[in-house]
Amino acid sequence: MKLKKVLAAALIGAMTLTTFGCGGGDADQGAADQAGDATAIKVGGTGPLTGGASIYGIAVQRGAEIAVEEVNALGGVQFELKMEDDAHDAEKAVNAYNALKDWGMQLSLNSVTTTPGIATSELNAADSIFGLTPSASGTGVTEGKTNVFQMCFADPNQGSASAKYISDQQLGTKIGVIYKNDDAYSSGIYETFKAEADALGLEIVSETTFTTDSQNDFSVQLQDAKNAGADLLFLPMYYDAASLILNQANAMDYAPKFFGVDGMDGILTLEGFDTTLAEGVMLLTPFSADAEDEMTKNFVAKYQEKYGEVPNQFAADAYDCIYALHQACTAAGATPDMSAEELNALMVEQFTTMSFDGLTGEGATWGENGQVSKDPKGMVIQNGAYVGM
Amino acid sequence: MEFLFNLISGISLGSIYAIIALGYTMVYGIAKMLNFAHGDVIMVGAYICFFATMRFGMPPLAGVLLSMVVCTMLGIIIERLAYKPLRQAPALAVLITAIGMSYFLQNSAQLLWTSSPKVFQSVVGTINGQTGLKLFDGALSVSYVTIVTIIVCVIIMLALVTFVNKTKTGKAMRAVSEDKGAAQLMGINVNTTISLTFAIGSALAAVAGVLLCSAYPTLVPTTGAMPGIKAFTAAVFGGIGSIPGALIGGILLGIIEIFAKAYITTQLSDAIVFAVLIVVLLVKPTGLLGKKVSEKV
Repeated sequence: MKLKKVLAAALIGAMTLTTFGCGGGDADQGAADQAGDATAIKVGGTGPLTGGASIYGIAVQRGAEIAVEEVNALGGVQFELKMEDDAHDAEKAVNAYNALKDWGMQLSLNSVTTTPGIATSELNAADSIFGLTPSASGTGVTEGKTNVFQMCFADPNQGSASAKYISDQQLGTKIGVIYKNDDAYSSGIYETFKAEADALGLEIVSETTFTTDSQNDFSVQLQDAKNAGADLLFLPMYYDAASLILNQANAMDYAPKFFGVDGMDGILTLEGFDTTLAEGVMLLTPFSADAEDEMTKNFVAKYQEKYGEVPNQFAADAYDCIYALHQACTAAGATPDMSAEELNALMVEQFTTMSFDGLTGEGATWGENGQVSKDPKGMVIQNGAYVGM
Repeated sequence: MEFLFNLISGISLGSIYAIIALGYTMVYGIAKMLNFAHGDVIMVGAYICFFATMRFGMPPLAGVLLSMVVCTMLGIIIERLAYKPLRQAPALAVLITAIGMSYFLQNSAQLLWTSSPKVFQSVVGTINGQTGLKLFDGALSVSYVTIVTIIVCVIIMLALVTFVNKTKTGKAMRAVSEDKGAAQLMGINVNTTISLTFAIGSALAAVAGVLLCSAYPTLVPTTGAMPGIKAFTAAVFGGIGSIPGALIGGILLGIIEIFAKAYITTQLSDAIVFAVLIVVLLVKPTGLLGKKVSEKV
C-alpha cells in the first residue's frame, strides 16, 4: 500500500518535472510560430534543449532566432524557425526530425550535436531535405550524403589545422599531447593532429590519455610531459577537463605553452574559474565574442541584450547557418511555395559553388563532401580575454 | 624523486576516495544496504558550499557547516521517502531504488543549477601564497588540501570507531547491524537507528564533497557519480562495513591507480585498478580488513 503511494508520488513528481521542461520549449516555439507566416520558408532543426548538453542546443536556438529576426527584417526571403528537443539522444532526434517533417520543414539545420546528427542526416538524405548543421562536427554527419553540409569544422580538420599552425608559427619544438581516449571528438582530433605533426616533422615527446572516469587527476600525465621536456602541450578536449589541467599544472610549477581547440571556448566564462590560470593559452577557434568587427559586435550586443549572456561559438555557428541559407536562397531565387525536394537541389548547387562571409570566418566554401573550408583564427588569452594572434 | 611524486599524487587521490568510502561503509555496515545515491549527496554538498561561499560570501568553515546541515536533512528525507517504505522488501528492490535516487538527484541538480560547470574555490586556504608544502627545494609539493583531507579522514575514522564501539547509540547500531528483528525485540528503535546512520553518512558526504571539489575543482551535477563508484570499490577493497578498512582501501586504490597510470599505461589504468580488486577479492573475499561472518544454519 505504502509502496504504491510512494510510486504514485514519484510519478507525479516526474510528470511535473517533464511538464516544466516541455513548458519552456513550447513557449519559445510559440513565439517562433507567431513570428512566421505562410509566406516563409520553414527551417527546422533538432538539438539538446534539455539535459546535460543543453548549453549547446539552447545557444544554437538563440543564435538562429536572432539571425531569423534579422533576415526577415531585410524584407527578402522570409524564414520561419522551429527547434525540437532531442536531449542529445539519437532516437529522440529521429522523433524530433519526424515531428518537424510533419510541421512542413523545407530546410533543415540537421542537429546540434554529432551523435543525433549522424541519425538525422540519414533522414535528410533519404527525404531529400537539405541539411546544414551548425555544430555537429563529426565526419559521420556528412559522410556518404550529398545534401548535408557543416558550418563548423569537421573534427579531423581541427587537428591538422592545429599542427600546421603550431609548425608555421614555430610555437614549440617538443610537443606533449593529453587527450580523452573514450571520446570520439578528442581522439579524432588527436589522430589527425599526430598524422599532420609527423608529416611536418614536429616532435611529439609525450602522449597520455584520460577517460570520463579518470577526469579528476592529471598529475601523472603532466609529470610525463614535464619529464619529457615538452614546451607545448596540445589539449584537444572540452574546457571542463582543460580547466583542471591548467589548475594542476600551475600547482606543480609546470608552465609550457597550452594549445587548445574549439572545445576550449567557454573556459573564460566558467563560473568561479581563476582566469589568470588561462593566461597565454592559445586556441584555434572560428569565433571570438571579443572580436572587434562590426558584425561580431552587433551580434554579441543583441545576444546579450536578449538573453543576458555572452554568445559562444555554437550560437555564432547557428547565426551563420541562417545567413548562409538566406544567401543561398536569395541567389537561387527560392520561394516558400517550393517543395523541400526542389529547394534541396537548389541549395546543393549553391553551397558547392558559393563563398560565404560570416561570424565564424570569411570566404568559407564547401566541398562536395559537405565539409567547410575556412581559415580558423588563432587566439591567445590575454588579461582574461581572447586576442587575435 | 618521480616515485615520490607519484606516491604523493596517489595518496592525494586516495585520501579523497577514502573520505567518500567512509560514508559508504558506515551506511552499509549498519543498514546493510548500498546507498548508491551517496555520491550524489556529495555533489549536493559541494554545490551548497559553492553557493554559500561564492554567491553569499560566507566564510569557508560556515559554508562547510551549512552544507553538512543541508546534507544531513537531505539524507534523512531520502531515507524516509525512498528507503524506509522498503524495509521489508528484498535487498535488490532497495538497491534499484538507490540507483533511481542517484539519477533523481543528478537530474534535479541539472534543473536547479544547470549543467554548465562551476569552478569550486578550495576551502583550504593558502600559506604565504602557496597552495602546498614544498619539499626538497620545491621539487616536490604536497598540497594542503591533501594534508587536510588525510587529517580529516583520520579524525572521522577515529570518531566513528569510538562512536560505534563506546556509546549507547553505537551499541544500538551494532545490534541493528547484526540482527534487525532481535534488536527490535530488545527494545531498540530500528527505524530511528537507521535514520541516524543515514544522517551521519550524509553529513560525512558533505565534508567529502567539499574536500573532493577543493582538490579537483570542476563542479557539475555528475561530479559525485564516478568518485562515488570508485569509493565504493575502495570500501569493498578494504572490507565493506569496516571503518578502518575504508581508509586503507581508499588510499591503496588511489596509489594503485596512479602507479598504473605512471608505470604501465594511462590507457588501461582503470582496468588495472579493477583487476587488482578482483585478485584481492579472490584471495580474501571479505576485503583487506573485512570480518568473516560464519552463517549459522
